[in-house]
Amino acid sequence: MDTGAQEKPNYGMPRLGLPAPAFEAETTHGTIRLEDFKGSWLILFSHPADFTPVCTTEFVAFAEIAPELKKRNVQLLGLSIDSTFSHIAWVRNIEQNFGVKIPFPIIADLNKQVANLYGMIMPGESKTETSRCVFVIDPNSILRAMIYYPLTTGRNMQEILRLIDALQTTDKHGVATPANWRPGDKVIVPPPKTTEAAEERMKAGYETKDWYFSKKAL
Amino acid sequence: MPCIDASGQVSESGKKILAAMANPVTLEEVAQQTGLPLYQVRSAAREILQAKLVEEKNGVYTVTAAGRSLLEAQS
Repeated sequence: MDTGAQEKPNYGMPRLGLPAPAFEAETTHGTIRLEDFKGSWLILFSHPADFTPVCTTEFVAFAEIAPELKKRNVQLLGLSIDSTFSHIAWVRNIEQNFGVKIPFPIIADLNKQVANLYGMIMPGESKTETSRCVFVIDPNSILRAMIYYPLTTGRNMQEILRLIDALQTTDKHGVATPANWRPGDKVIVPPPKTTEAAEERMKAGYETKDWYFSKKAL
Repeated sequence: MPCIDASGQVSESGKKILAAMANPVTLEEVAQQTGLPLYQVRSAAREILQAKLVEEKNGVYTVTAAGRSLLEAQS
């Protein structure tokens, strides 16, 4: 029965540092739940639509960095508001035209359930397509980073790899990473939180500009 | 690629997972044995558990008689 009621859009967004919203979704690899990825890092990313040019370049690029991500214990999971049949046809088309096999599952989010949970729809751009979103979820299912790109602009895979490296470095060594950091560069030592610790920091042997600004090599 | 289709046919990866459960194993061990990603093993395990092709106790999975005969029939 058509009640004439319109679907109420959800423009909420998830929050960094909190558990990533749980979901169960149909994908090109079967029914997958967020919890299935526990123990590994996950990059959940959305694209506007199958069979579109920018998205095709991105899928080829994601497939190309998949081996590097695997070395870092990271899985990929795509999403768009298309059917599994469309996804299957598109990945076959990519393999035929570009010689690249897409190794990761893609969510068929026809009812926008996951897109709404993660705030992937930007109504100023499109009410029927997901924008180019990236959610980095850690092995404990905590949302650690988000990137949002508009429909017109393909994402930079090297930045996504760099972000993973930075987050994993932070977790492993308890440090922060400065602007434009790349693996091998010096890292930021967290600033001291007491005057006593600030005094000690000046003598700690780090590369210190001032009590709050210290770097070290790993 | 669900591991069991509507006609009851088990996919190649589903067969690998079932075969790995011939002896009691955890899903982590299945992922190691088969080389399949753990998320895929977990997703498939739900399906084959629901289809009663395996049984689970305390996180350890074992193929059932039904699962064994299906494997034999489809090998």
